[in-house]
Amino acid sequence: MKYTVKLFATLRENRGKILEMEKSGKTSIREITEELGIKADDVAILLLNGRDAKLDDYPSDGDTISIFPPVGGG
Amino acid sequence: MNGYNGTVLRVNLTDGKITREALNQDEARKFIGGRGLATKMLMDEIDPKIDALSPENKLIFVTGPLTGTPTPTGGRYMVVTKAPLTGTVASSNSGGYWGAELKFAGYDAVIFEGKSEKPVYLNIVDDQVELKDAQPLWGKLVSEATAQLEEEHGKKAKVAVIGPAGERLSKIAAIMNDRGRAAGRSGVGAVMGSKNLKAIVVKGSNKVSIADEAKLKEVFARCMTKIKENGVTGQGLPAYGTAVLVNIINENGVFPTNNFQESVFGEAEEISGETLAEKYLKKKDPCYRCPIGCGRYCEVDDIKGQGPEYETIWAYGSDCGVSNLGDIIKANYWCNEYGLDTISAGATIAAAMELYQKGLIKEEEITGAPSLEWGNSQAIIDWTKMMGAVEGYGAKMAEGSYRLCESYGVPELSMSVKKQELPAYDPRGIQGQGIQYATSNRGGCHVRGYMISPEILGLPEKLDRFTLDGKAEWSKIFQDFTAAIDSSGLCLFTSFAMGADDYADMVNAVCGSDYTGTDFIEAGERIWNLEKVFNLEAGIDPSQDTLPKRLLEDPIEEGPSKGWVTKLSELLPQYYSVRGWDEQGIPTDEKLKGLGLK
Repeated sequence: MKYTVKLFATLRENRGKILEMEKSGKTSIREITEELGIKADDVAILLLNGRDAKLDDYPSDGDTISIFPPVGGG
Repeated sequence: MNGYNGTVLRVNLTDGKITREALNQDEARKFIGGRGLATKMLMDEIDPKIDALSPENKLIFVTGPLTGTPTPTGGRYMVVTKAPLTGTVASSNSGGYWGAELKFAGYDAVIFEGKSEKPVYLNIVDDQVELKDAQPLWGKLVSEATAQLEEEHGKKAKVAVIGPAGERLSKIAAIMNDRGRAAGRSGVGAVMGSKNLKAIVVKGSNKVSIADEAKLKEVFARCMTKIKENGVTGQGLPAYGTAVLVNIINENGVFPTNNFQESVFGEAEEISGETLAEKYLKKKDPCYRCPIGCGRYCEVDDIKGQGPEYETIWAYGSDCGVSNLGDIIKANYWCNEYGLDTISAGATIAAAMELYQKGLIKEEEITGAPSLEWGNSQAIIDWTKMMGAVEGYGAKMAEGSYRLCESYGVPELSMSVKKQELPAYDPRGIQGQGIQYATSNRGGCHVRGYMISPEILGLPEKLDRFTLDGKAEWSKIFQDFTAAIDSSGLCLFTSFAMGADDYADMVNAVCGSDYTGTDFIEAGERIWNLEKVFNLEAGIDPSQDTLPKRLLEDPIEEGPSKGWVTKLSELLPQYYSVRGWDEQGIPTDEKLKGLGLK
C-alpha cells in the first residue's frame, strides 16, 4: 500500500516535506511515525485525508497523512 | 492605586482643553479595564446612534491593569470608539510598546472628543500634556511621521499615528504604533482622522505600582513555566510566528481561496510560515515583555519591516489567488505605511477581483489602474497604495468590501459580517467558528472567540470541527474569556497556555483585588453583554447575526471539508439560549440585572 506523508514545521528537519511510503501490509499511523522517528508527544495535529485522525488509525492505499507538531497562532 | 494609575486624560479637540479625571474604581473592578472599561465609558458618554465620523464620537485609547507591569505580554492597549466600518462598538487591540509607555506616563486612558480645526498631535511627557501643530505631518506615511516625531521628541518617545488612509477617512484605516503594530480593525484610524488628530506621542518615567510583589513573583514564575512548556507558546509561535497556520488550515480544507469561492489553495506551501522562515525572515520582533515573540521582521528586495502575520498572508495570498510571498510582504509593508487594516484591505481586493471575474467591474472603470485578475501579485501592491491614498478607484475600495459590492448591487459577494471582512478560516468546515463569526460584537473577526483553538489546534482539547454539539457553549465561554483577557492588558496568545485562575491571580497580585477565575470570566460576560447592548442601541439588530449567503447555502466544492455549509440556523437559537438572551437574540432584563448592567 502506498501512502503520502506530509510533514510540517520542525518535523521537516532531517526528514523532508513530503514522503511517499510503501508498505506491504496493514500499517497504523503510529508505526509510520515511529519509523520516521517522530515521538507521539510531537504529534499535535494529525490528519488523514484532511480529517482528524488518531495514531492507531489504519490508512488505506493512496491516503494522505498530515502531521504537525504543537503549533498555532491566530 | 495599584495596577491602575487612577487617572484618565480627557482631550477636547474642539476647544483644546486638556483635563485629568479620576478613574472610576468601582467600574474598573466590574469591567477590569481596557476593552471592558472603555466600552462602559463610551456608552456613558455617547449616543450609540451617532455618525461614527462626526465630532460627537469619542475615541478612547485605553490600557488594562496589567499593561506596563512585569507580567508576560503586559503591553497591550485598545482603541474603543464607535466603528465607521460596522456601526458597532469598536475595540481594536495592539501590542508593541506604546501602551506600556502610556502607563509609565501616569494614565490609564486618554479620551479624545470633538474635532480639531487643524491637524494636531498630542504630546505626553508624564504630566506635561500639550496639543501641537501636525500640519507638517499631515499626508506623511507612518514611518516618515514616526521618524519626524522621534526626531523632535527623542528616540524614547513612543508614537501612535495614522497614515494617509486614516486622514482621508478610509473605513478600513488602522492606527499604527511602534511603526508596524496596528490597532487594526473596524476603521478606528478613520475616527482619528475625522478628529484631525495625526498622532499621540508618549514618554513616561513612572513605574506602575504593584499591590503584592511577592505574590506577583510567584504567579509570574508559574505562568512563565506554562508558557514555555506549552507547545504553541513555547515552540510553535516563537519559531514560525502566526504564519505557521497556512499549512494547517489549508490541510484541513478551510483556507479561503479566491474570495471564499474555494477552500483549498494549491500553492499554500509557497506562502507558508515554513517558507517565510526559510526565505524572508530576518529576525523576531517581540512586543513589550513578551516571552512568546511571535512578531516577525522580514526583508524582500528593498522592503523591510514588521510582519506579515498569518491573516495578512491569507488576505493578500490565497484570498486573492496570489502565491508570491515576496509581494505579499510588500503589500503588508504598504498597509503599515498608509495605515490600513491588512485583513480588510486584502479581502476587499479579493472581493474586487470577484466583481471583475463576474464582469461587474468593467474594464473602463479601472483603465490605467492595476489589473484585477486572480493571482496578480503586482496588483495587490498597487491597489494597496491606491486604497491607502484613497485615490481613483482605490477610493471606492477604501470603503471596504461591503460598500464596494453593495455599489454593484451584490452585497452578498462581500465576505463580511456586519460589514467587516471575515478572517482566514472558512467556517463551513469549522462549525463553532461559524457561530462565533455570526455573533461577534464587532462583526467578522477571529479574535473575539478563537474557536480554531479547540476545533483545529486541539487546545485546550480537541473538538470535532463538524459537529454542532456543545459549540454554542464553547463559543460563549471563549467570547467571555477573551473579553476579560483583552481587558486585563495581556495578549490573547497567553491563553493557549494560561487558564482563568492564572489571569485572576495575576490581576489580584497587581491590583490587590480578589477575583476568582469564575469572577474573571463573569466580568468577560458582563463586557460581552454591554457591547451587545451598545450595538442594539446603535441599531445593529440581531438580523445581522448572520453570515454571507455563500457560507450558508453553497457547500464547499472540493477538499477535506467538501459538502459542508455553516449550519447557523441550528446553532444560533442554541447560542442565544446559552447566553440567556431571548429567542430574538436580545439580552433579557434578568440577564442584564444579573450582570449588574441594569
